[in-house]
Amino acid sequence: MQFKSMVVSNQEVSPGYYRIRLTAPRAILEAKPGQFAMVRVRDGVDPLLRRPFGIFDVGSFTPEYPDAPRQYYFDILYKVVGKGTSILSALHFKDYVDVLGPLGTGFTPGGTGEENILVGGGFGLAPLYFLAKELVKTTPLKVFIGGRRKEDVLCVTEFEQLGIDTYVATDDGTLGSRGLVTEVLEQHLCREGGKRVVLACGPEPMLKAVARLCENYGIRCQVSLEAAMACGVGACLGCVTKGHGHSENTPSYRCVCKEGPVFDSTELLWEEL
Amino acid sequence: MRKLDLSVHVAGIPLRNPVMTASGTFGYGEEFAAYVDLEKIGAIVTKGLSLKAKAGNPMPRIVETPGGMLNAIGLQNVGIETFIREKVPFLRKIATPVIVNFFGNTVEEYAALAERLDAIPEVAGIEVNISCPNVKHGGIVFGTDPKSAYSVVKAVRETTIKPLIVKLSPNVTDIVEMACACAEADADALSLINTITGMAIDLKTRRPALANVTGGLSGPAIKPVALRMVWQVSRAVKLPIIGIGGITTATDVLEFLLAGATAVQVGTANFMSPAASQQIVEDLEKYLRDNGIKDVKELIGALRV
Ligand SMILES: Cc1cc2nc3c(=O)[nH]c(=O)nc-3n(C[C@H](O)[C@H](O)[C@H](O)COP(=O)(O)OP(=O)(O)OC[C@H]3O[C@@H](n4cnc5c(N)ncnc54)[C@H](O)[C@@H]3O)c2cc1C
Ligand SMILES: Cc1cc2nc3c(=O)[nH]c(=O)nc-3n(C[C@H](O)[C@H](O)[C@H](O)COP(=O)(O)O)c2cc1C
Ligand code: FES
Repeated sequence: MQFKSMVVSNQEVSPGYYRIRLTAPRAILEAKPGQFAMVRVRDGVDPLLRRPFGIFDVGSFTPEYPDAPRQYYFDILYKVVGKGTSILSALHFKDYVDVLGPLGTGFTPGGTGEENILVGGGFGLAPLYFLAKELVKTTPLKVFIGGRRKEDVLCVTEFEQLGIDTYVATDDGTLGSRGLVTEVLEQHLCREGGKRVVLACGPEPMLKAVARLCENYGIRCQVSLEAAMACGVGACLGCVTKGHGHSENTPSYRCVCKEGPVFDSTELLWEEL
Repeated sequence: MRKLDLSVHVAGIPLRNPVMTASGTFGYGEEFAAYVDLEKIGAIVTKGLSLKAKAGNPMPRIVETPGGMLNAIGLQNVGIETFIREKVPFLRKIATPVIVNFFGNTVEEYAALAERLDAIPEVAGIEVNISCPNVKHGGIVFGTDPKSAYSVVKAVRETTIKPLIVKLSPNVTDIVEMACACAEADADALSLINTITGMAIDLKTRRPALANVTGGLSGPAIKPVALRMVWQVSRAVKLPIIGIGGITTATDVLEFLLAGATAVQVGTANFMSPAASQQIVEDLEKYLRDNGIKDVKELIGALRV
């Protein structure tokens, strides 16, 4: 769906990272964790294109005026990196944006008896938190968070409030253990057995390392990718990534906005990333 | 009051209004069905087809630039047979003319595609993209050499009675010369412009922003160039013109009509809003009503110079 959306709140949650709450039609409640929205941060031709953001949370509230109808919303957790996200960060309560979504595929978590292991970094935690909120009611769950510094580690409190075991690693050791999140993940994978699934979202090098680890341990792994996008609906073919079996003579491109952004890691060509 | 008349004829195709969607920016129509009423727009022009499916270029394929974007999709498409099998059944249900865009790398390929499309009743017209290299003749782009353009349009003309639109490349010194070559080869209409070749650089990595190094510029940034070319061509040839390039509003459409276009195509604006084409039709209608213009055709070529 496409809708005009009012800013309910927009706050800096960690240096350079913001959480924005946007009104939405009731159907937003059907969004699946892993899906994203294309946001037009302002009218006019600059910036020209919409910006894709993962859905961080959905919900509803009753505004504080007499006879107010229930208002539905969704949240985005974003990092200010350029023009579009700077404009977004300057928006206030009652400003408007235009939204297209939810778009793309969501995560497919493990079945009964399978443990879901969530691995993420930076704003990649956004869809994972949304996923954790749904999964925590029914299945065993763990989350591994990586980041360069303490400031890049988001959502720890949110995950802990859900009662989920949360493991943190930072490159400089300012939070959790020092090193890569995949090192902490590997310790966990070899310590404990059982049926499990890894669901990951974060910077590409992290996803690549996670995918390789899962391959070594024979664990099903899903990753959520990023790509520059124009249409968001599978029409322009601007957002592709190389699929498994891709080579110069047998090219195989997968459309990130429509076939993804969530892929089984075995569907992709990792050497090339 | 008499009802407003937004209808136009292009190459013998009756259109309920002059606003079509541009090839490559609207998929095969289906992708946009959830966001736009396909029966409110003039025509759907589908993604460029080739004889065999094409995988396209390496990524990154797109980058935003001031007032526009560059793309080097590499003409990725499902190929004509898959199109007929899997995309036409959807398009058949929509009461809107479908114009099929296609390209080849030899004159024979263009002719073979036209012949195949000639047999498909759902195809209201064909749009020949001549912005492709002729592999048999040193890779010179058909659309930049009047002789090549003539031979490819002539070959297509001989295989089909469908309305034949030729889409011109703006990457030429003299657009009028190209237009005349296509008119001589019996095209029924001309559409212009395709994207303008450009380039963007990422200073941080010291690499081109696109894997293909160069790409096609589209969006509002190219509108003045497109308007100029439509104006020049409309004065030189009798064929109806479909204006394309940076159209995002009804005002843009009106300017193209004044410059001599009979209809227009909306491209990059579909990415800004998937309902852009429908919105433009509504705003166009409002403009006519507000200005007491009963028939949109009054505006075609009505530029005061
Ligand atoms: C499926 C998906 C989900 C995403 N989820 C989030 C999220 O939850 N939170 C968040 O902060 N960011 C997310 N991103 C990345 C976000 O889209 C970019 O950070 C944002 O587009 C940058 O825009 P800008 O104008 O600030 O940056 P600029 O660098 O000025 O943008 C220039 C152009 O490049 C594109 N671009 C730049 N960086 C990226 C990127 N990493 N991925 C895709 N396109 C990019 C922009 O969209 C724009 O077209 C997601 C991206 C994708 C594809
Ligand atoms: C992503 C993208 C893909 C395109 N693919 C095609 C194509 O397959 N065939 C074609 O003739 N033109 C193609 N075009 C060109 C457009 O149809 C149009 O001529 C051009 O974008 C200028 O119009 P605009 O400024 O409104 O986008 C493509 C343009 C874009 C942006
Ligand atoms: S962004 Fe257009 S196809 Fe994915």
